[in-house]
Amino acid sequence: MYNKVTIIPGLIIFVLLVTFPLWFNAFSTASTVPKVELPPGGEKQCVAPAAEMRASHMQMLNEWRDDVLRNGNRTTVTVEGKVYRKGLQMACMECHTNKEKFCDSCHEYASVTPYCWDCHLTPSLAASKKETH
Amino acid sequence: MDKKRRKFLKVAGATALAGISAPAVVKLTSTPALASSGHGAVAEGQGNSDASHKQETPSGVRLGMVFDMRKFYGHPELMDKAINACNKAHNIPQIDSKKSEIKWIWRAPFNNVFPEHSAYHASESTENNDFMAVCNHCDEPPCVRVCPTKATFVLEKSGIVAMDYHRCIGCRFCMMGCPYGARSFNWFDPRPYIKEYNPEFPTRMRGVVEKCNFCGERLAKGLEPACVEALKEVGAITFGDLNDPDSEIAKILRENHTIQRKPALGTKPSVFYIV
Repeated sequence: MYNKVTIIPGLIIFVLLVTFPLWFNAFSTASTVPKVELPPGGEKQCVAPAAEMRASHMQMLNEWRDDVLRNGNRTTVTVEGKVYRKGLQMACMECHTNKEKFCDSCHEYASVTPYCWDCHLTPSLAASKKETH
Repeated sequence: MDKKRRKFLKVAGATALAGISAPAVVKLTSTPALASSGHGAVAEGQGNSDASHKQETPSGVRLGMVFDMRKFYGHPELMDKAINACNKAHNIPQIDSKKSEIKWIWRAPFNNVFPEHSAYHASESTENNDFMAVCNHCDEPPCVRVCPTKATFVLEKSGIVAMDYHRCIGCRFCMMGCPYGARSFNWFDPRPYIKEYNPEFPTRMRGVVEKCNFCGERLAKGLEPACVEALKEVGAITFGDLNDPDSEIAKILRENHTIQRKPALGTKPSVFYIV
């Protein structure tokens, strides 16, 4: 092999450069999956198993929305004896009271910006202007 | 050859004339009523069907409201009580500007609420008192007809003209369509203008139209609308199913002469007034 002295270090440098994203991520903490805050009230039961909620809570919220608003079907959902009213503010936020630590942590990681909170109130915001008398 | 060409031109001319005049002839001969006025068909349909002017009502539950204005005369604070209850229940912002204000239920002089009713030599109670106005939840809602996204629609179950704020694009066609001024537009983020939040109800965002929803969210919990509940002890507002002959509202409508806002428009409002 000609020019062994330059080719082999060059190859090593090339491979290191090309795989930079892989080993950089392996050592950095920038991409660790966020740990969401479990309900501060200690509730263990949700309307669906955690995996299902994680994967498809957005579809379920849309179905609830269409049911309540468009079909006028505001009936409650009962899961294992617990009654939930269909609604972000009326069901989800009752247990997951901290939107910043629950919703936002994953949404920021996944780089999604749902527009729920343009209208719907977070518990902390609702408490900020509360009836005082 | 000459003769043939002459004949051809005659036939062609006659055909062209017939073709041009045919639509006009058809229009004139088929329905004489239609030719005279654009809305003839509707008026004729109602006028001919029966002489008693009884209007066809949709079947099923149809929620409505009766304002007994006699109980409000001299008591404007009752109106404010109902308005405040609604504002609180629905996170309605208080904006001091006629252009930007948001109102679901409001008070206005007789002339503004009932512009079609004569106020010539009006009674003192008519002259000196404000009247309550609210979305009429019409059977034939013009706002629903003009909405390009179906963001506003009639709930078949209850007859409520509902809004789906998720779908509203803020075009304000419905505000043009509504003859009662029952719709308000959010020109800016309403949150800074909301005095206190009801955690059970969302706010609205900038760029959507909003209006009274007959308290659909309270009805689901078995409660009466906020304005009705606020004036419960006075009994000034009655709410219920207009089509249920046993309901209190049907009884009141049977026993009292009531008026509606702008009945001539044919929107068939579900809100009635005893004046």
